[in-house]
Amino acid sequence: MSILVNSETRVVVQGITGREGTFHTRQCVEYGTNVVAGVTPGKGGQNMDQIPVFDTVGQAVDNEGANSSLIFVPPPFAGDAILEAAHAGVEVVVCITEGLPTIDMVKVKDTLAGMDTKLVGPNCPGVITPGECKMGIMPGFIHKEGSVGVISRSGTLTYEAVGQLTEMGIGQSTCIGIGGDPVIGSTFLDLLKLFGEDDDTEAVVLIGEIGGSAEEEAAEYIKEHYKKPVVSFIAGQTAPPGKRMGHAGAIIAGGKGTAAEKVAALEEAGVTVSSSPAEIGSAVAQVLGR
Amino acid sequence: MKVHEYQAKELLKQYGVPVPEGGVATTSEAAATIAESIGTKVVVKAQIHAGGRGKAGGVKLVDTPAEAAEVADSLLGKTLVTYQTGPGGSVVNQVLVEGAVAIASELYLGMVIDRATERVVVMACTEGGVEIETVAAETPEKILKEFADPNMGLMPYQARNLAFGLGLKDKTASAAASFILKLYRLFVDKDCSIAEINPLITTEDGAVIALDAKLNFDDNALYRQEAVTELRDLGEEEPLEIEASKHGLSYIKLDGNVGCMVNGAGLAMATMDIIKLAGGEPANFLDVGGGAKEESVTNAFKIILADESVKAVLVNIFGGIVRCDIVAQGVINAAKALDLKTPVVVRLEGTNADEGMRLIDESGLKFETAKGLKSAAEKAVAAATAAGGE
Repeated sequence: MSILVNSETRVVVQGITGREGTFHTRQCVEYGTNVVAGVTPGKGGQNMDQIPVFDTVGQAVDNEGANSSLIFVPPPFAGDAILEAAHAGVEVVVCITEGLPTIDMVKVKDTLAGMDTKLVGPNCPGVITPGECKMGIMPGFIHKEGSVGVISRSGTLTYEAVGQLTEMGIGQSTCIGIGGDPVIGSTFLDLLKLFGEDDDTEAVVLIGEIGGSAEEEAAEYIKEHYKKPVVSFIAGQTAPPGKRMGHAGAIIAGGKGTAAEKVAALEEAGVTVSSSPAEIGSAVAQVLGR
Repeated sequence: MKVHEYQAKELLKQYGVPVPEGGVATTSEAAATIAESIGTKVVVKAQIHAGGRGKAGGVKLVDTPAEAAEVADSLLGKTLVTYQTGPGGSVVNQVLVEGAVAIASELYLGMVIDRATERVVVMACTEGGVEIETVAAETPEKILKEFADPNMGLMPYQARNLAFGLGLKDKTASAAASFILKLYRLFVDKDCSIAEINPLITTEDGAVIALDAKLNFDDNALYRQEAVTELRDLGEEEPLEIEASKHGLSYIKLDGNVGCMVNGAGLAMATMDIIKLAGGEPANFLDVGGGAKEESVTNAFKIILADESVKAVLVNIFGGIVRCDIVAQGVINAAKALDLKTPVVVRLEGTNADEGMRLIDESGLKFETAKGLKSAAEKAVAAATAAGGE
C-alpha cells in the first residue's frame, strides 16, 4: 500500500502541451504512470503522443475517468488551475509550478478547506509511489519499493535522502515533496496522519528547513499521537537571519523559524534528528534495526 | 522586495493613509527648501532599507531649514551602520524631510501573512516605537490580532476591535479603524509580504499618523506589480546577488571561504550545513535552479569566484531534471574560460552521474572528485584550509 497515489491513479496533466508539461508527462509515462488525459484550454481534440487533450478538467474527468491532476501551468494561472481540478472532483492535485503569489494561495487554500481534494505543492517536485505511480518531476530510478514514507519541503534534498535509503537497500512506500512556499497544500501534519494510517509504512522521514513553524506543529502531533518512528533532518542550520534561502518560505524572520528551534521541538517529541544531511539513510537504518 | 520609507509613505498616501507632510531630498539645498515649505520643526531621516536608523544617528530633529541642510549634508553620501546593515553599512543617497508631529501616544501596527492560519494577520500593540519581537517574546498578550477572511477581506468590525482594544476613544478610534482598513487594502492590492507602521502615532486632536513605514513585497507577485517593481533600489542590494538574479541563479553571499554550487534550495542549505559540520565555513548559498544548462553553470562559477574570500569550491549536484553530464561540461568550460586556479571538488549524483564523472576525470583538469556528501564536504574544507583559508 501507499498514500495519495498508486497503480489505480488516473492522471490528467494540466498544461500538457507546454514545454515542461510535455517533457515531464513523457517521463511519468515512461515510469509507468497511468496518464489518461491532458488539458490545455483551446487545444481540446488534439493528442499529445497518444494522450487525448481536453479543454477543461471536467471533460477529462467525464471522458477518461481522471482522478488526479498534475499541474504545469505558469504562475499567473496556477491558482485557477488548482481550483478547476478541485471543482471537477479530482481527488489529488499536485501543483509543480513555482512562483505563485502568496496571497493567491491564501485564497485557494481557503476555498479548498471545504472540499475533499488533497493538494500537494505548489513549487514542489511532486509525489511518487515507487513501482506504481510517479506524479512529479523527480528522477524515478533512484527510488525503490518499500516501507519508509518520505515528506520533505525540498526537491533535490529529498532525492539526496531517497538516494541514501535506496543505496542501503531501504525502499519507500510513498515520497512527497510538499514545496518550499509559505502557504502550501498538504502539510507535514496532513501527510504524517496519512502515513500513520497506512499499514505498509513502517517509519517516516521528515525533511524540514528554516522558516515558519510547520516542523514544530508536526513535532507536537508526533509527541501526542504518533506510534511510528520518525527520522528528521532540518536544512539551514548555518543560514543567516533575514535572508531568503531560495525558497520563499525559507527565511528566519524576527528570530523565529530557526533550525535550532525545530530540532529541539522534534527531539523533544522523540524524533531521531540527524545533524548531518549525509546520515539520513543511516539514521533510518538504525531506527529500523537494519 | 524592499522599498525605502519615503516610497512606502507615497504608497500610503495614495491609499489615503495619513503620513507626515514631507519630501525626499538628494542634496542639502533641496532638504532646506522642503523644510522651508513645511515651516515647522522638521525631522531629517536617512533613507536606507535597514532598520535601526535612529540609534545609528540616521534620524535627527532640527529647528530651522539651515539646520536641516546641515544634517542632510552630514548624512548624504555617508555610510550608515545599523544593527541590521551588517558591519559594511549602507550608503545614504536620499534623506526624507518631514514636519515634526506632536505625539500623544505611540502604537504599533503590523500586517503579515500568517503561515500557521494561512491568512493575513493584523497585529496591533500599545507598545509602539520599540522592537515588536521583544514584546512578542516577553509579553505576547499585549499584541492584539485579527485574522482577515481570505475572500471577504478584513471587516470593519475587526478594525474597530483593534482600535478600541488599543484603548483609543471617540474620533481617534474611528481614525485608527479607518487607517487599518486602508492599510489592509494596500497590503492586498500591492501583494505585500510585510506592512509595518512602527510607530503609529496619535495626536491630541484625534489624528492617527504613520510616523514610520516599512513595506516589503512578495517577489512572486512582482510580475503583476509594475509600479512597485519600479521602486526597486539596486544600490541597496549586494552586486553579486543582482548579477546572479540576471542569470536566473539564486545567490546569497556569506562570510566563509568554501564556495558552493548546488541545484535546489534545500540541498544548497544542506550543503552549507555539512561544510560547517566538516569544520569549514560556507562562502555562499547558490542554487543553479531546476533547469541548469552549461551556460548557467559557467555564470555560477564566475559569481562564486568573484568573491575573493573563496579558497575552494564544492560542486554538489543531485541530477533530476538537471543532467549531471551537462553540469560537468559547464564546470569544465568554466574552468577553462576562467583559467581556474582555485581547487574544485565535484560530487555528482542522480541522472547521468557516471557520464558526468567520466567527463570530469577525462578533462585533464585538476578537479577532485568525491562520492557521497560527507566526503565531498571534507575534501572541499581541506582544500580551502590548505589554500590558506581559515
